[in-house]
Amino acid sequence: MKNIKYINFRFVLLLGLMSILLVSCERDFSDDVEFATYPPNGDVFIDAFSAGLNYFPFVDAGADPEAFSVDTEETYAGDASMRFDVPAFGNGFVGATFNTTANRDLSGFDALTFYAKASKAANINSIGYGISGETNNKFQVTALDLAVSTRWEKYTIPIPDPAKLIEETGLFWLAEGASFEGDEGGYILWFDEIKFEKLGTVAQPKPTIFGGEDFTEQAFIGSSLTVGGLTQTFNLADGTNQTVSIAPSYFTFESSDNGVATVNEFGQVTVLGAGTTTISAILAGVRAEGSLEITSNGVLQAAPTPTQSQANVESIFSDAYQNSTESNFSPGFGGSTTETTIITTGDGEVVSYANNNFTGIIFDNTVDASGLTFMHVDVYVQQAGTEVGLQIRDIGANQTIDTDVNTGFPIGDDKDLRVDLTDLTVGQWTSFDIPLDGDLTTQRNNLGALILVGGPNFLLDNIYFYSE
Amino acid sequence: MNMKYTHRKPTSMVFFKYTLILSIFAVLGCETDDQQTVASFTELTMSDEFDNDGAPNSSIWGFDIGTGENGWGNQELQYYTNRSENVQVQNGVLLITAREESFEGSQYTSARLVTKDLFEQKYGRFEARIRLPYGQGIWPAFWMLGADIDENPWPGAGEIDIMEYRGQNPTVLIGSVHGPGYSGGNAISKEYTLVNDRFDTGFHIFGIEWGPEYVNFYVDDVLYNQITPEDVTGSWVFDKPFYILMNLAVGGNFVGSPNEETEFPQTMLVDYVRVYKELKIN
Repeated sequence: MKNIKYINFRFVLLLGLMSILLVSCERDFSDDVEFATYPPNGDVFIDAFSAGLNYFPFVDAGADPEAFSVDTEETYAGDASMRFDVPAFGNGFVGATFNTTANRDLSGFDALTFYAKASKAANINSIGYGISGETNNKFQVTALDLAVSTRWEKYTIPIPDPAKLIEETGLFWLAEGASFEGDEGGYILWFDEIKFEKLGTVAQPKPTIFGGEDFTEQAFIGSSLTVGGLTQTFNLADGTNQTVSIAPSYFTFESSDNGVATVNEFGQVTVLGAGTTTISAILAGVRAEGSLEITSNGVLQAAPTPTQSQANVESIFSDAYQNSTESNFSPGFGGSTTETTIITTGDGEVVSYANNNFTGIIFDNTVDASGLTFMHVDVYVQQAGTEVGLQIRDIGANQTIDTDVNTGFPIGDDKDLRVDLTDLTVGQWTSFDIPLDGDLTTQRNNLGALILVGGPNFLLDNIYFYSE
Repeated sequence: MNMKYTHRKPTSMVFFKYTLILSIFAVLGCETDDQQTVASFTELTMSDEFDNDGAPNSSIWGFDIGTGENGWGNQELQYYTNRSENVQVQNGVLLITAREESFEGSQYTSARLVTKDLFEQKYGRFEARIRLPYGQGIWPAFWMLGADIDENPWPGAGEIDIMEYRGQNPTVLIGSVHGPGYSGGNAISKEYTLVNDRFDTGFHIFGIEWGPEYVNFYVDDVLYNQITPEDVTGSWVFDKPFYILMNLAVGGNFVGSPNEETEFPQTMLVDYVRVYKELKIN
């Protein structure tokens, strides 16, 4: 017995020595080498707000701050859950982020998981994590239209690349509401056991940019555009694929020729020179599906300088004249696929349309063109056969655009004039002077919009009404 | 490789110590001599480490070609070939690849390797280290059939499924035996679910230890089932030589068809196949 004790004692001594050695080693290093690290705490809401967690409703956006409460009756486990009362249509929506005052290190987890249940089957519009004012939502992740049922079920929102999440504050966010009459509203959503977990079964990553499609686009020096359609998809333990919309900073973007265009960590592409380059991306070592091939023709030649005197002109968009009104160049018509960009060149601004099916230029204030006889516009195209449909709309005394949704024609007190901009010369500006005749002969004192149809790719400059 | 499994035999999980110790030795790179002192099935009788690039070793592996009868009895959708597009040794692993392509009237191609008439053995330890593919309708298997199957048709010949897996259940392994009176949907079968891991993200060792009156099923260091004559609802047909099959099926009534989310090609990676015997038994 004595002998054994002695051995044990000696062993303890040895262990003690070793740990002293280790500790002293660490001390030597830590002062200079160690970075500040944040607690690897994955808990968000188990039975109460986790350490440092706060509720931030999106009040400015119209969210109902009273919609959230802690429920001690309906729980999946333990004694409390998060409850959201989703308002009926027209009464605001549930929208909030839950952020911590102290940063968390989430890099050891691979998913946000929670149990959810609803008082009726519903699709949650948006739910995820990574909302952060300080970083401008640099690592935001959103699952769209997450279907929940009337039973408690577990949901998994994967982390696109855990290595990025070393100092997070935005642990959970959601937005859900009735976005139209008949959409689900007036029901209750519960969440419980919300936490970041290391599941080990989040696998087979399939990132995409541009929604996984390969696009081509013409551009000029000074053009800028943003890489969109950013998603990450993982296969989960139950064999289903979960796709999330993710912020650009999860990706490493590449331009195959930085002399033609560069792309930054936010997915913003800037065209710098002539030539062709391909924008692609990698996420955590996996090449993303989708790309953009940009062909830049270098410097865009200037449109012909207008010759009318300012006194005879009501201008919408031209560097030669003072605008008569500000305008909305991206009205976001439902179903529109158009990407509108104002490009700054050495000779001022031009407006660029890409992938146009239909869009418009909506004047903030109507233009009285009763004393004017023509509209001028310069059009530049790079593809032979491009034609643009132009509609000059007088919106009438009621100052609203009244359109038959089935035919697209003006109704009520609206009138329009429709012309096709054809015979466009590739690589050159073509100028049009369009007589304000037809239905505008008798009514053009409330010009309110220009509608642009087709193309699909063209540039416009020097849009103004004038008399000779 | 057969249809639905209804009969499940509950067995408690036990750590399979030999394999654990063996795999540690393997990692340390010890000689096979070291292993002989700890495991019962230690005499290596066949091994393919897939070290030579190109077609698999033809002295060990033959191929089943085509669609068999009614999709190899299971309404499987693939056409099996021995083309390098479907089966190839590369960088130390065997690649069995299922592709979506029109080929001889089928929508998919893949491969099935068999050791029939080349390597057959009664009893022993049969194991393979495999990384599995994934996705709805993907059905890889590492299995055995009684070598007398030409004279004694299935299910009389017997079948031991060392590994079957549905690509839509990437954490679930299925091990089974089929015989007269307990085949197809009535096979004696058990599932094993990986916790915090899955079969398509890394290599796993799938094996059996098979002796007189027992088949032990294991994955990595976990023994998850033992099947004995008491468990089967018919006669015990596992006292004769069997041969090995490895294949990657697409579709069929065990897994259902692939859907639009199933990614192709899908590849099953086999690091090695090893068979041992025990001198006293074999």
